[in-house]
Amino acid sequence: MINYIWAFFIVGGIIYSIITNNFSVINTEILECGKTTLDLILKLFPMISLWTGIVTIAKKSGLLDKFSKLISPLLSKIFKDIPPSHPALGYIASNIAVNMFGLGSAATPLGLKAMSELQKLNKNKKEASSSMITFLVMNTSGLTIIPTTVISLRMLHGSSNPTEIVITSIIATLISTIVGLLADYYFRKKGK
Amino acid sequence: MKLADIILPLLVLFIIIYGIIKKVDVYDEFVDGAKEGVQIGISIFPYILGMILGTNILLKSGLLDLIFKLLSPIFEFIRFPKEVFPLAILRPISGNGAISMLNMILSNYGPDSFIGRVASTMQGSTDTTIYILTLYFGSVGIKKTKYALKAGLIADLAGIIASIIIVSLIFGK
Repeated sequence: MINYIWAFFIVGGIIYSIITNNFSVINTEILECGKTTLDLILKLFPMISLWTGIVTIAKKSGLLDKFSKLISPLLSKIFKDIPPSHPALGYIASNIAVNMFGLGSAATPLGLKAMSELQKLNKNKKEASSSMITFLVMNTSGLTIIPTTVISLRMLHGSSNPTEIVITSIIATLISTIVGLLADYYFRKKGK
Repeated sequence: MKLADIILPLLVLFIIIYGIIKKVDVYDEFVDGAKEGVQIGISIFPYILGMILGTNILLKSGLLDLIFKLLSPIFEFIRFPKEVFPLAILRPISGNGAISMLNMILSNYGPDSFIGRVASTMQGSTDTTIYILTLYFGSVGIKKTKYALKAGLIADLAGIIASIIIVSLIFGK
């Protein structure tokens, strides 16, 4: 599916730009997208390295295990394929916790660590396991309790109450997460 | 945002102190872990490159604007506030695109308007699905993503609809 979407973005975009005589923009885009990517990676990459470093300490000291044991009764209900007290649960739990506080820079590395642990449990290394998909859905539905970027943008535009959207965001997040998990459950059952 | 600023330092402090109590070679372990981070950083580059190429061509070509124009009668018909429609479409595709779209909406309609609140809630309640999907699956070399995108987009759609309904209920139109 992602192949078709990606192809549509590019094929559709280029053909449309030719029809509307706007192709020089696309020319620039093709030449510069490497630099845009590199800028993003340069921001992301040190954070990933830093947090995989910090989290390795937490893993060696047993802190991560403790945390995963604490939260695993709940998580193991959602992630039935992961054996209890497997490190994957610890990373998933920390990813969710960090995400909730809006610390996106720390959440991504933890999420990537969780994925690599899930990949160890995965039987077919080329195909996504159901736990991976569940984890992904939880992540993409956004679990943020404090949307810091939105609040600062609202401040910038002179809102009289920049944080008033926190409560509506939490409810909307909750609904999107629940619906996402239900959809995930439905597709998983249907696939079997 | 003073309170939020303390979470990160405390988290790092706690992890290091706990490590020392448990007699972990904290520095050596940090470096080992960071090395792994380097590999992750390199392995995700091609995936992000492909994503940025695709989404930027879609955005800059003006094709997305055309799609908005074509679809707007449908959204008027189902009473979907069409002012937030571009954000709803952009949100799962491009993180930076969504931020700049929110910025535009807030400056055009004001942050305390119905549209401004819906857009803020929308932005705060969902994430960049396609980006996370390519990044997370790419980092471990998964080729077949099965129903992940479908489930993720359904979650996004639920978040978008929920944002409109909840803002109407709490703040009124």
